[in-house]
Amino acid sequence: MGLFDFLRSRPRGSATVATERLRIIVAQERAQSGRPDYLPLLRRELLEVIRKYVNIDPEAIEISVEREGNQDVLELSVALPEKGVAAPATDATPASDA
Amino acid sequence: MTEIIVVTSGKGGVGKTTTSASLAVGLAQRGKKVAVIDFDVGLRNLDLIMGCERRVVYDFVNVIQGECSLRQALIKDKRIDTLFILAASQTRDKDALSKEGVERVLNELADDGFDYIICDSPAGIEKGAALAMYFADRAVVVVNPEVSSVRDSDRILGLLASKTRRAERGDGAVEQHLLLTRYSPDRVAGGDMMGVEDVKDILGIEVLGVVPESSGVLTASNAGVPVILDAESAAGQAYADAVARLCGETVTMRFIDAQKKGLFARIFGS
Ligand SMILES: Nc1ncnc2c1ncn2[C@@H]1O[C@H](COP(=O)(O)OP(=O)(O)O)[C@@H](O)[C@H]1O
Ligand SMILES: [Mg+2]
Repeated sequence: MGLFDFLRSRPRGSATVATERLRIIVAQERAQSGRPDYLPLLRRELLEVIRKYVNIDPEAIEISVEREGNQDVLELSVALPEKGVAAPATDATPASDA
Repeated sequence: MTEIIVVTSGKGGVGKTTTSASLAVGLAQRGKKVAVIDFDVGLRNLDLIMGCERRVVYDFVNVIQGECSLRQALIKDKRIDTLFILAASQTRDKDALSKEGVERVLNELADDGFDYIICDSPAGIEKGAALAMYFADRAVVVVNPEVSSVRDSDRILGLLASKTRRAERGDGAVEQHLLLTRYSPDRVAGGDMMGVEDVKDILGIEVLGVVPESSGVLTASNAGVPVILDAESAAGQAYADAVARLCGETVTMRFIDAQKKGLFARIFGS
């Protein structure tokens, strides 16, 4: 950090964290209320299916519907846990690690 | 035995959700098994204050409507093992809650061995607020030292004494605690704000704690970390004291006297 960095007008404080959190959650909720109403359910069911193989956290799934040209595109991204260990199919209920 | 505590106020924006989050964390830090439930259906906020907004898959209404199990909807806190959050639905309205449904969820939590269930009430006195308080054993009434907040709280005290399961069954009253928040000792000293004793005299209930107006609350909500986890902030410390009192300990009130300004502060302002 440079000697005079503290003089910069906008420090990266907790407001930055707030902005980032809100950007994600607001986009997610708009995507859910705007168009297809099956998105929340789709998200849950995907979570359950994926958890049969890999034990992921609910926040690892991001779903959005984007307009590209004249068609809607469903975008889905799933971040796998660091080691990618397959969890046993049984007992991987959301409450155990959600 | 499970104790159900409602955090309520009548008026909105006084600090109920901030309080619910911090009380839940404080009790869980003491090793208690705690569930904190957002009753503000349609306008959920507790998930943001707890920092788990991206982990909500199922919510309170889903459980009540039988669309998932309670276990699936409970979000386990990442910081404290014995703390669980049940989010409100963001897409339905308060009519999705029913007395029977709420009772079923509370009973299931009790059977699961939860020590405390904290119910974060919505503002107002309508269905959501009425259901949040109905099954309570104790009530934390959050009040700001300001006329409309105090009057609304008095209304709530009346409802606690008549429109709750305990009142209807004649099981003894819901234990009432006053939590004064956004308190500014300097403004009280300056004669601009009602003091603790004034509010206590008007409402006639015991004071569980006084939480000062503190910049730590905004920082905490920005980060999704309940302010009680910020041991540096005055509000965090005040909430820790309130939790101790809730558990029956005697702790002297802090943050109620105006700061005596030192020479430095007097010269340079504060
Ligand atoms: N002790 C405090 N000091 C400063 N700001 C506070 C304090 N308590 C609550 N607030 C702020 O007041 C607002 C309302 O708080 P919240 O807990 O959401 O109230 P409610 O749930 O009663 O509507 C929030 O912006 C919160 O950050
Ligand atoms: Mg609230």
